[in-house]
Amino acid sequence: MEQLSYAAGTIVTGVFGCVAWFWGSNLILDWIWPSRGAHAGTNILRANMVRPWLFIGPAILFLAVYLVYPVFDSIWRSLHDAGGRAWVGLDNYRWLAGDAKFRESILNNLLWLLVVPAAATFFGLLAAQVTDRIRWGNIAKSFIFMPMAISFVGAGVIWKFVYDYRGEGQEQIGLLNAIWTAFGHPPETWLTIPFGNNFFLMAVLIWIQTGFAMVILSAALRGIPEETIEAAILDGANPWQLFFRIKVPQIWGTIAVVWTTITITVLKIFDIVFVMTNGQWGTQVLANLMYDWMFRGAPDYGRGSAIALVIMALVTPIMVWNIRNARREMMG
Amino acid sequence: MADLSLTGISKAYGDVDILKDINLEIRAGELIVFVGPSGCGKSTLLRMIAGLERISGGDLVIDGQRVNDMPPAQRGIAMVFQSYALYPHMTVRQNMEFALKIAKKSREEIDKAVENAARILQLTPYLDRLPKVLSGGQRQRVAIGRAIVRDPKVYLFDEPLSNLDAALRVATRIEIAQLKEAMPDRTMIYVTHDQVEAMTLASRIVVLADKGIAQVGSPLELYERPENEFVAQFIGSPQMNLLAGEVVTAGPQTTVKLVDGGTAVSHVPTTAADIGLRVNIGVRPEDLVLSTGAGLFTGTVEIVEALGEVTLLYFGEEMGAPHMIAKLPGIHADLRRQRVTLTADPAKVHLFAGGRSLLYR
Repeated sequence: MEQLSYAAGTIVTGVFGCVAWFWGSNLILDWIWPSRGAHAGTNILRANMVRPWLFIGPAILFLAVYLVYPVFDSIWRSLHDAGGRAWVGLDNYRWLAGDAKFRESILNNLLWLLVVPAAATFFGLLAAQVTDRIRWGNIAKSFIFMPMAISFVGAGVIWKFVYDYRGEGQEQIGLLNAIWTAFGHPPETWLTIPFGNNFFLMAVLIWIQTGFAMVILSAALRGIPEETIEAAILDGANPWQLFFRIKVPQIWGTIAVVWTTITITVLKIFDIVFVMTNGQWGTQVLANLMYDWMFRGAPDYGRGSAIALVIMALVTPIMVWNIRNARREMMG
Repeated sequence: MADLSLTGISKAYGDVDILKDINLEIRAGELIVFVGPSGCGKSTLLRMIAGLERISGGDLVIDGQRVNDMPPAQRGIAMVFQSYALYPHMTVRQNMEFALKIAKKSREEIDKAVENAARILQLTPYLDRLPKVLSGGQRQRVAIGRAIVRDPKVYLFDEPLSNLDAALRVATRIEIAQLKEAMPDRTMIYVTHDQVEAMTLASRIVVLADKGIAQVGSPLELYERPENEFVAQFIGSPQMNLLAGEVVTAGPQTTVKLVDGGTAVSHVPTTAADIGLRVNIGVRPEDLVLSTGAGLFTGTVEIVEALGEVTLLYFGEEMGAPHMIAKLPGIHADLRRQRVTLTADPAKVHLFAGGRSLLYR
């Protein structure tokens, strides 16, 4: 109860604070340079120079405090020891290069990177194309999109049940083992099977991201001029050729945006691994490794920050490319 | 070389009829133009011939073979779209060779066909460019080239000039006419709402209206001997004047006493039984001349539009449309507010009863 009222209070304060800021600051601005009287013209011009800053000011401030400052702080910490006191130069990075768990994480991240965006985009494209053709396509679309509404942690918990293991002879409550044993196999502890378990984790993210890819690609497919498709039909293209040689090439830009957007999500992947295996049995990934060093046991801020910066270095170029691409798409 | 035969063709979406009982024979080598007001179904009819729309009823026969259920690509047709419909991700060459590649033609054959089409359409310098860098006219030529390389039996054009500006439209129209000239044995079907295109290109025009064919004939047939009031008013600009009246004397020449008070004489023959028949006389603005004596119409000129080569005179207005328009050669700017009498050569006066021409009964 106390927590509820606390949360409600925060929301009210936040909303009221925003309104008060935008309304109040503009009021003060208009009081300093009123749009009346002898200097109305110059006053309006002056006020209009300042006004945009009133609106984007808070955003810039919060971005600086919660994004820019942490980046510099992380750089600083990554060059210091565990407690953040003694300067150690590049020692943390040298340690990273030799660490087996870090190498495992990099390899796993690479694997995620290769599989998840490709699979999610492919299934999304497939779903978009198929659901466009059928009468109950919109219902199918809603179902495919639904996992997008589930948090990664929630999805991790749900899929942990899917992969759940009960000893032989017991009733299997895990969907996968239930099917597996129905075919006469002994039950498996899926999440501990080396290497293969990575793919069981990836399935969760693919399940979530397919809906996202489908929605965006479906809109792109509908944007293709109908005449080009009709022209291709007259040219004798079969449905397969129509899809791969006429439709897909026309939405390459959108496919690239979807692909890179999912890629960024994948590079930062943390929750699913954290909830389901916590990086054990060869499933460690960078973000979870960083969390381990940063906050678990005896925290090592130096090493944790070094890993964080590696993740940032990997994400940034893809992000830049993605934003550029998305802009180009928007301009047509 | 292909004859097309449309027998009882109809199209319906659910309970809504778009086209009903279309019967048309098209001979090989003809250039047929479908014209009609917006929504008359002319594009739908073309798309049914192409195979892009299902035929709800009737038979479509190309070269003696019923093709109702044949896939579009096997009908031996090629279509040029209003929006060009070029594949934006392919170069001009790739656009033109796509159909041949799908048909698994040999490389030499493809290159020969593409280069030939490019030469005819003067597209050779642009073969390796993408459509987006081409002008509207060039894009339309690529679209035509895409049809030519397939060497179809029947060319279908769906308002191919509508997206071009006025000057380019004339140039491309002439190019299409020359293209037809160069391929005398190919059948072409051309849809437009522009009657100038229809009059200049067509060997025969099909006027579509009210879900069916209003008249089929050569451009001058439609102009000189329209079968009904719709065709009479659709062909020609400004449109034909219609004036209500009653037949007073019949015979090889017919005299009509008009409601407005004038008297019109027509070479359309009538019989004694027609005396007293309520008719509309139709007379084109360009067939009216000023008269010093009696005439078929007397009125005050409300508006004068002097265009130099001709002058348009507008008489009396009813429901926003002028009651009568006359088109006189030369400049007559001084006629504004003047009361004038108009008459016409009896050979140029049409008679309609119940919307149908008395010539065709």
